[in-house]
Amino acid sequence: MTITVETPLLNVADVSVELSGRLVLEHANLRVDRGELVGLIGPNGAGKTTLLRTILGLLRPAGGRVQVSGKDSRPGRTPIGYVPQRHEFAWDFPISVSNVVMTGLTGRLGLFKRPNEADWHAVADALERVRMSDLADRPVGQLSGGQRQRVLVARALALQPSVLLLDEPFTGLDMPAQELLTELFTDLAHEGRAVLMTTHDLASALFTCDRIALLNRTVIASGPSSEIAADTAAWMATFGVGAESTMLRILKVR
Amino acid sequence: MSLFEFFADLLNPSLSFLPKALAVAVMSSIVCGVVGCYMVLRGMAFIGDTVAHAVFPGLAVAFVVGGNLVLGGTIAGIITAILIAVFAQNRRLKEDTVIGVFFVAAFALGIVIISQAPGYAGSLQQFLFGSITGIPDSDLYVVGITGMLVLATIFLLHKEFVSISLDRESARALGINVFVLDLVLYVLVTLAVVISVQTIGNILVLALLITPAATARLLTDRLGAMMFLAPVIGAVSALLGLYLSWSFDLPTGGIIVLTLTVAFLLAWFFAPRQGLIAKARRSTGTEQPAVQASPTSPMLEARQ
Repeated sequence: MTITVETPLLNVADVSVELSGRLVLEHANLRVDRGELVGLIGPNGAGKTTLLRTILGLLRPAGGRVQVSGKDSRPGRTPIGYVPQRHEFAWDFPISVSNVVMTGLTGRLGLFKRPNEADWHAVADALERVRMSDLADRPVGQLSGGQRQRVLVARALALQPSVLLLDEPFTGLDMPAQELLTELFTDLAHEGRAVLMTTHDLASALFTCDRIALLNRTVIASGPSSEIAADTAAWMATFGVGAESTMLRILKVR
Repeated sequence: MSLFEFFADLLNPSLSFLPKALAVAVMSSIVCGVVGCYMVLRGMAFIGDTVAHAVFPGLAVAFVVGGNLVLGGTIAGIITAILIAVFAQNRRLKEDTVIGVFFVAAFALGIVIISQAPGYAGSLQQFLFGSITGIPDSDLYVVGITGMLVLATIFLLHKEFVSISLDRESARALGINVFVLDLVLYVLVTLAVVISVQTIGNILVLALLITPAATARLLTDRLGAMMFLAPVIGAVSALLGLYLSWSFDLPTGGIIVLTLTVAFLLAWFFAPRQGLIAKARRSTGTEQPAVQASPTSPMLEARQ
């Protein structure tokens, strides 16, 4: 492997974040390169969502910086696609799939402007990419969980971002839906995007992600999945478990 | 009284308050119907109730000093809306708690202020329950222009309002200023309330905001259709309500609200997809393929 000094697409450098006077993240370092699917793993309250919000530029770090393609992240200015947890979205809203995807362009269109033909093409492309074109006119309330997740991904893709952030995309989905999405996320990354995904599903993350980052108030370890799987000490530090915990035994079985 | 006689009365110069009341009632219902769609979809009914009460001290001040009611109400409503939006930023208190504080406080202030006016009981009743007589000509223009302003703002900011209603965090990530848009929406609700208070009254105005939009929601899964249907349902109910109220000498605000409620119940039972009757028919008969709710309903057809 040749070593290049290329700047990573997404670079979280020494980031500390304070929420209501409490330091939630301390000196976190993480980089996601073009073409990589990185799994962000950590217990509840470890700061995963905080890290995502900081990357989006919604939280200002108390220290360090977040850069995308070498530039500081700013909401609406940085090409980051954000896929929130499914329950964050108002699924009872009377709106069609394609119109939801179009809302992904709201910020770029700007005030008082209406979408033109090129924008609708971008929406169609995004839907095609997640294989939802045939459901474009369906009201979102009628979709299954997996289909909803794909709509949210399409909305994030409408801006053609180079970085994609996924917050717990598998929660509450059945296995077939999870596997379909895993394949999609892997493809999206390998097409040349930097994809960062938080997940609770440790086993499947180790199989599917190119790299894993373990987070608990800071990035405790990050590296290729096989290396991280073997790093028992890092898992114990991240999840606060003993050497004999069931979780570690499951990791060793693989 | 037949509908024909009602129209004759509308044209009778000695009853000039009647066409004015009709114009104001219809304009109010259209504006409230459109604004109400966002409120119903965002679960803002309580906020609507709050704004309706919050405009009261402004109306009272305007009444006592003899100023313009629309202006007074708008100022009071906007001040309350801003106070709520600002205080709701405190994460320790939920928004509905903050609303609960300011909503009653504003109303209490209104009662204290209006008690200073002579003939206090009568004017209080007029504010609370509406009155079709005594709409000055100047209010026609104020209501018309304010209504147009509200509708134009919604037309221009529709895609932003939809984005922040769907998912606030993603909207923020897209660089949309959610806080400012929330404020604008509150102000629009306030304006819709203020122009409606004259005919329908302070307490009943909530129905004008919520019921037509809720009825429209039962009839369609399309936002565009909903935002068209809600003002139509509101305007037709206002016309019908005013007619019934004039014919049988019943309170206008109350009758308009009851007419709206009947429309809502009809939609609840007879809506093409979600209605109780349609559901019962589907569960007994064969499962039908999913069809879009058509924008027309038995209720609307019957009415036209």
